[in-house]
Amino acid sequence: MAYLGKKLITLIMTLFLVSAAAFLAFQIIPGDVVTSILGTEATPEREEQLREELGFNDPPVMRYLHWVGGLLRGDLGTSYRYSKNMNERMPVSELIGDKLPVTLWLAALSTVLIIVISLPLGVLWAKSRSHAVDAALGVVTQTAMAVPSFFLGILVTYCFGVVLKLFTPGKYVSYRQSFSGFLGYLIFPALSIAIPKIAMTARFLRNSMLTELGADYVRTACGKGCSQRRVMYGHVLRNALMPVVTFLGMIISEIVAGSIVIEQVFGLPGIGRLLISSISNRDFPVVEILILYITSAVILVYFLVDILYRVIDPRISEK
Amino acid sequence: MPAHVTKKRNKYLTAGLIMTGTAVLLGILAFFWTPWSTTAMSASERFAAPSFRHLFGTDNFGRDIFSRVMKGMGTSVMISALVVLLSASVGIFLGALTGYFGGVLDEIVMRVTDAVNGFPSILLALVVISVLGTGRQNLILSLGIVFSPSYIRIVRSEYLRLRDADYIKRARLMGVGKGRILFVHILPNILPVFWVSVMIGLNNAILAESGMSYLGIGVQPPDASLGNMLSDAQGYLQTAPWYALAPGLAIVWIVLGFSLFSEGIRRLGE
Repeated sequence: MAYLGKKLITLIMTLFLVSAAAFLAFQIIPGDVVTSILGTEATPEREEQLREELGFNDPPVMRYLHWVGGLLRGDLGTSYRYSKNMNERMPVSELIGDKLPVTLWLAALSTVLIIVISLPLGVLWAKSRSHAVDAALGVVTQTAMAVPSFFLGILVTYCFGVVLKLFTPGKYVSYRQSFSGFLGYLIFPALSIAIPKIAMTARFLRNSMLTELGADYVRTACGKGCSQRRVMYGHVLRNALMPVVTFLGMIISEIVAGSIVIEQVFGLPGIGRLLISSISNRDFPVVEILILYITSAVILVYFLVDILYRVIDPRISEK
Repeated sequence: MPAHVTKKRNKYLTAGLIMTGTAVLLGILAFFWTPWSTTAMSASERFAAPSFRHLFGTDNFGRDIFSRVMKGMGTSVMISALVVLLSASVGIFLGALTGYFGGVLDEIVMRVTDAVNGFPSILLALVVISVLGTGRQNLILSLGIVFSPSYIRIVRSEYLRLRDADYIKRARLMGVGKGRILFVHILPNILPVFWVSVMIGLNNAILAESGMSYLGIGVQPPDASLGNMLSDAQGYLQTAPWYALAPGLAIVWIVLGFSLFSEGIRRLGE
């Protein structure tokens, strides 16, 4: 319990530091934002008015406090680029609102695919006595890890979209329209994110199991007459899964990174795509929020994995 | 050493050497000569399929894809080499200081690298790029910053391991200067570990560079890079699949080559 409390305090501290870093990074940007919004032909009065409106005349610390205060009240600020109507700029929360589910579902679906495919694959691989299977899986996984996710996305588009016609590339189905159609389209980008990670996880689990198979307790279990099955699943797999859980937790941040790129490949309107376009448009309020959002999500996942790990293996908390 | 182990080790090394060798040589050659111009367009030869005339076919502007892949490999390898040079130099410098001396600097640097390591590297690179702006120098700088922490950690742990070794203690007793101990006595002994991480770093840098260029915030057109070729090619998957396959397979070729090569070096060290 004391441990949990300590972890929670670190978590809050980290989130605070991340927010400060995300905000400060965009204060040292060269070039005047006001000029880039209004163009070079605006009158000095109009520029001054906008500067005042955006709070650029306040000191940075005040602006940070104002920003964080807004965040805590649910006010994420307004975009520089997108307008709601003639005289109102688009609130960032509205901009992100309907894009967030797309990215979350994509990440969730990829994670499910990774777990469902890599675990049986890793176990079968570790059990296989055939040298040919071992070598073949070695080559296949090594190659899968060398393919960058965006090229994999293009290959998936070509194989499943152009040749097999299982989906129409670029014809994204909104989750508001049809949820099953949405998932049906999402499965292909999710697969593109998952394949290299499946290769990594399967390799990792296989190596972990082979290490465990050489341990003393395996010989003891065999010696006291446990069935092959029981030794494999009851003893070896249980212990071999421990490091895999940590590994999966570490992969989460790569799944997030993968989805930023894959959304671009498949034309998914998620927050990754919004991030890239906001960076190109120099729409900093949106970039700040998205960076904060993504990093917080990653930090939270690490936190949860850490807790989960202690629940699965109580020995860790005793150490 | 049993015979089959030697044979296996050679296999990794030779395969890796052949793959990276061809990629690097073709890439360097592309700065002086390519079979066709990398920018000249030809309306009559749009989307020509692969043939002896155009090995990998031509693209939507009738440009020769093989020549552009050569140029792209050169650009990718050069940018990645500069990224690794930058981050490895930072890594050796800070890693040596923090590992050998410890103290407050060590504490600060370690907390920062902890924080950086936890995040997806592409996200950090995106932040740096959006602060600095796009362009080739900024791409190298941002990836250099993003990759530094892993080198700092590796170098630091090696210095930590060696700083109390007997020969270092003896050198200290003999009155050898600190700079000399750091860079003449210890540095050569960490090189085997260091080279493997340089290889892995090159790999990651190539993946990151082509990813950023694919997203349109790395190497800008009309300069050929494997990443921006792929993003152009994506619109023509139906009519000209070879256009996407060529740069994509080139990336896989380089990355696979580097990882086989580093595996070979690692086994050589064992």
